[in-house]
This record gives sequence, C-alpha cells and structure tokens, in this order.
Amino acid sequence: MKVLSKPLMQKSEYMDLLRQMLLIRRFEEKAAEMYMRGKIGGFLHLYIGEEAIAVGSISALQPQDYIVSHYREHGHALARGMEPRKVMAELFGRSGGTSKGKGGSMHLFDASRGFLGGYAIVGGMMPIAVGLGLGAKHLGNNRVTLCFFGDGAVNEGEFHESLNLAALWNLPVVFLCENNGYGMGSPIQDTFAGTDIFRFAPVYGMNTPGQIDGMDVFEVMDATKEAVDHARKGRGPTFIEAKTYRFRGHSMADPMVYRKKTEEEEWRNKGPIIRMKDHMEELGLLDEAEMQALEAEVDEIVQDAVDFADASSVLPHDAIYDDVYA
Amino acid sequence: MASITYRKAISRVLKETLDNDPRSFMMGEDIGTYEGAYAVTRGFLDKYGPERIKDTPISESVIVGAGIGAAMGGARPIVELMTINFSLLAIDQIVNSAAKLHYMSGGQVTVPLVIRTVSGGGNQLAASHSQSLEGWYAHVPGLFVVAPSTPSDAMGLFRTAYRDPNTVMFIEHSLLYGAKGEVNDDPDFTIPFGKADVKREGEDVTIITYSRMAHVSLGAAKRLSEEGIEAEVVDLRSLRPMDTEAIVESVKKTSRAVVVEEGWKPMGIGAEVSARIMENALEYLDAPVQRVASLDVPMPYARPLEQAVMPDEDRVIEAVHRLF
Repeated sequence: MKVLSKPLMQKSEYMDLLRQMLLIRRFEEKAAEMYMRGKIGGFLHLYIGEEAIAVGSISALQPQDYIVSHYREHGHALARGMEPRKVMAELFGRSGGTSKGKGGSMHLFDASRGFLGGYAIVGGMMPIAVGLGLGAKHLGNNRVTLCFFGDGAVNEGEFHESLNLAALWNLPVVFLCENNGYGMGSPIQDTFAGTDIFRFAPVYGMNTPGQIDGMDVFEVMDATKEAVDHARKGRGPTFIEAKTYRFRGHSMADPMVYRKKTEEEEWRNKGPIIRMKDHMEELGLLDEAEMQALEAEVDEIVQDAVDFADASSVLPHDAIYDDVYA
Repeated sequence: MASITYRKAISRVLKETLDNDPRSFMMGEDIGTYEGAYAVTRGFLDKYGPERIKDTPISESVIVGAGIGAAMGGARPIVELMTINFSLLAIDQIVNSAAKLHYMSGGQVTVPLVIRTVSGGGNQLAASHSQSLEGWYAHVPGLFVVAPSTPSDAMGLFRTAYRDPNTVMFIEHSLLYGAKGEVNDDPDFTIPFGKADVKREGEDVTIITYSRMAHVSLGAAKRLSEEGIEAEVVDLRSLRPMDTEAIVESVKKTSRAVVVEEGWKPMGIGAEVSARIMENALEYLDAPVQRVASLDVPMPYARPLEQAVMPDEDRVIEAVHRLF
C-alpha cells in the first residue's frame, strides 16, 4: 500500500471499505463453521484473503452495471450489496436464499443488482460477460460488465475466445483475473507456460494496467475505475490481473498438502484487511474502540444472517419443477 | 399460400423477425459477407448492416455464450452454429449455462436465445461432419429442441422459438434446404412446441419420425400403400417437449409402430419414443416397436457406404413388414 501522509477520501469512505472487507471475512469464517456443523453442503469455496479485489473493484461500478463471477463469489455478492441473510440462506439451501436453495454456494444471483451469476465451470462466465457487453452495446444502455475469473481460467479455450471477441467488437467489459497462484491444488507454474497473465492483453490488442496488487484495495479500485471509465466511453475492454492469495484451501474439502505453511504465513501478514487497518491507523482514521465497534457491527450482521438462514424453510418438493422453463 | 423452399422459408422468417424487433440481431460464422454456409442469410448483410448481421470468429463457445449474455441483458440474439457437429465446441455453454441459468437463479434470469444449427448426413462429409446430435440436447431439461421438416413448420416453429423466453435449439437439415412447400406468411401463424403433426393418415401402422426422415417415411408410406398397407406418418417436429399424446393416439388406432430417425439407435429418439409407447399404450400393440436408425458406425465418406448407413425407404418398408 502506498504510504500517504494524508487521507485521499473522507473517513466514512475508508470505514466503508474496511467494513465491507471485514463483513466478507467474518461471513466466510461463519460459513466455514456452518459447513463443519453440517448446515452447508456441497462445495464451499472461501474468499478469505482476496477481499480487497471484490470490494475495490465493485466500488468502481454504477448500480446499472453487470457482474459475472466464478464459484468463489460470496465476496463479490456481498460487495455488490446482496443481503447477507439471503446469501447465507442460499448456502443453507433454504427457500429464503437468493435462488430459493436451487443454486447453492457456486451459483449466486441477484438480477436486481445486476449480479448475473456465479459460474462453476472454470472460464464459463467469460463468454457470457462478452454477451452482456454485446447486449449493452446493441441496446445502447451504457452498462459495463465486470467479469471475475481466476488464474485457472487462463488455460481454457473460452478465455481466449472471449478476450478476442471482446476486443474485436470493442465491448464494454472489464476482465478481472484474480490470480491467487493456484488452480485448485496446482501451482500456476505447473500449469501455465507463460510468465505473466496480463501479457495476453496486448496480444488481443486490449487495454491493461498490467499486474496490480490485489491485496491493496485502493490499487484495485483505481485500476477498475479507469477500466470502467474506458469502457463507458466506448473505448472497449480492459484486462486487469490482480495478484492475490487465498488464505484457506480450494474448498472445505481441501487437505492443503500442496503448499508450505511459511508461504501462507507470509501472505497472511500482507493480507488486505490488516494492511487497510494499519494504513488507517497511521493516518489517524481508526482507533481501537472504532475497530471493536466495527467488529461488533459485522458480527451482528453475520449472526443475523445465520439466524435467518436457519429459520428459513426448505422449498416444498413440488417446487422442484418450478423454474426449469420461464 | 405460396410454395417456397425450406431455405427461403427460414430466410423469410428471419427477415420478418429482424424487421419487427430492433432488439434482434444475428451472429455466427460466415453469415454476413459469405452469406451463410447454406445461403440462408443471402442479402442480409446488405439489408441490415454489420451491427445486426455479425460475422464471428470461429469460436463456437463464445458465439453461444455471447448469445446467452446478450439475451440475459435484454437483447434478442439469433445465433447460428454452422453445423451441429461444431456445437460440441459450445456444448458447455448450451448445457451448463443456457439450459440452467433460469433454474439456478431461482427464476431471476431468463435466456431467450434461439440457436440455429444444421444436422444430418448425406453430403459425403464423413464422420465428423454428418452427425444427428439433436437427441443429446433433447436429453437436457431447460432446453427446447425443434427440428422442422417442411417450410411451413420451419416458419411456424421459428416464430414460437423466437418469442419464447427460453433457449431453443432450432435444428435444420442440410438436405432439406431445397425442399418446397406452402407457407403461411401471417406473423401470427405459429406452431406450439410439443405438437406433432400427422403428415399422412393411415390405419395400419404408425411411423413416428422427424426432420428429413419424415420425407423418407412419407416416400415409404406411398410405396406401402401400393401393397395395401396404409401408414400414418407422425412428424414429431419438437423433440423436447415431445408430443406423447399424438404418438399414443395414433398407436392406439394402428396397433403397430416404427420409429425412424437419422441418428444412432442406442440411447436415441427411437428408444425414447418406444419407451413412451410402452408406458402408455403397451396393451394396444400387436407387435414390438421397430426402430430404424443410421447404422451404428461413424459415417463413412464413400457415397455408396454413406447411403448404406442412413435409413432409406427400403429400410422403413422392411421394418413395417416385420410387424405383419
């Protein structure tokens, strides 16, 4: 994080970014706990450690803009303002969930907020992001699409098809690669022949700020703002590679045998929340009492989400057939 | 009622759509400058311009995925996959996204997308270019699959497909583009999904079929008539949903059934139709249901071998004879 002598924004804006990151962190920790208790089934992919990317980038969007993401998308959903209650209820598989319990952790949607899905096939959201950009251009509604995907998607054919077409047709799409260094348990150097992912951008004639620090919420916000502005002005897509690290395993089922504890520790020490907190303290924007109050506020929201999810019913069986066709 | 070709009918209904709905646009490989691999979009680029007739790279997955995204965002894309063989490069988007987004979002999003593609063999294009894979898509809940055999059915079904809020696989056949028939140009003339059409009435045997095999079946029925067997030809038109009622009604009348399809027999349309007959009309059958399908091999290139693989009138007639 850049060392600054004075704040660049209002204190309330700093607090808001910190609150959002902390909410995601605590929500995910609680989700892990609920998974261990058997309240959540299937796969649960936690976003812990990557919070600065969701919060920084989504803060650069307008309400009418679109987001598509991957299966590690709880953080993006919360950063977009989706109700923690409904997200938790979806993880619980309850009727009060965002998809009434039919989508689960990997398939969160909130059409009212332009959050058009978590996609659980690696790279599968990229062609759809191109289409949202194409539709926006065709309809002339000036919406920008923010597309999240991981470093694992880079080796899929759809990655290349999508970058090419978005650039060829000059579409308003921001491709944001969350490079956490691992595709499930495989380190990127074992699966990717290149050196830097962002170098694909110039290959396709696409705008890029290069690799940014995904642990720095301000750097992510600034890069995304520029990219969104570029798209909104009709100048086409941008490719951002944000370097980050997931503090937990690929999913709750991950025994984490493929990486060293020292590596994990190193990244934890430069995590997005601790850095933001230190930064705010240095600027005199946060004291211990305020931090405690924030923790308490977030804990209350998360507990309320769990209570809501627990109280919500499972859909009746005859609703299984609903929503197969519109 | 004018008689026009299947190609012209599809071309005409596409123009009607583009003329009437500014949200609509088309995209696909070589549909613009080249005017379509089967010349369906001849003249479209000049008439509608490159913003609505979009030539794409050879990137099937993003062609379909971009169609899905544009449809979700309120546009009305009509996507062309040059042949159903190439749809395998887009099957992830079709099956994992288009078919499921409405369900997985708890009904929040819809994907009103028409995917036009071309199925079948008969052009000496060998194994990778001659498949009839519509049954694969008909397997998947969340998709609609239609396969018209006549110009009129093509127009009526396309109008329904375009107006439907779901993703529809619209399966054309490469050997039918020159087939002529009368059409109804009234934009309100639509054919609902899941409604079969009795293309020929008969009392003695029911032939259930679709797409080009409807024509082969009609030819066989004509010859059977000469020997005193009157076949009823039921053209399914929609594979998903499938008109079980029409099949059962006809079988109850004739007590004999043959299913004719161009795809392979194992796990195919004929297997599905046979099961529906067994479930709903077993007691009416005088003989086991017969299946006529392509031989269970990859399509060979040489003309006589290719002809031997695909069902023809003789094989339909032989199957009917086995019932008596």
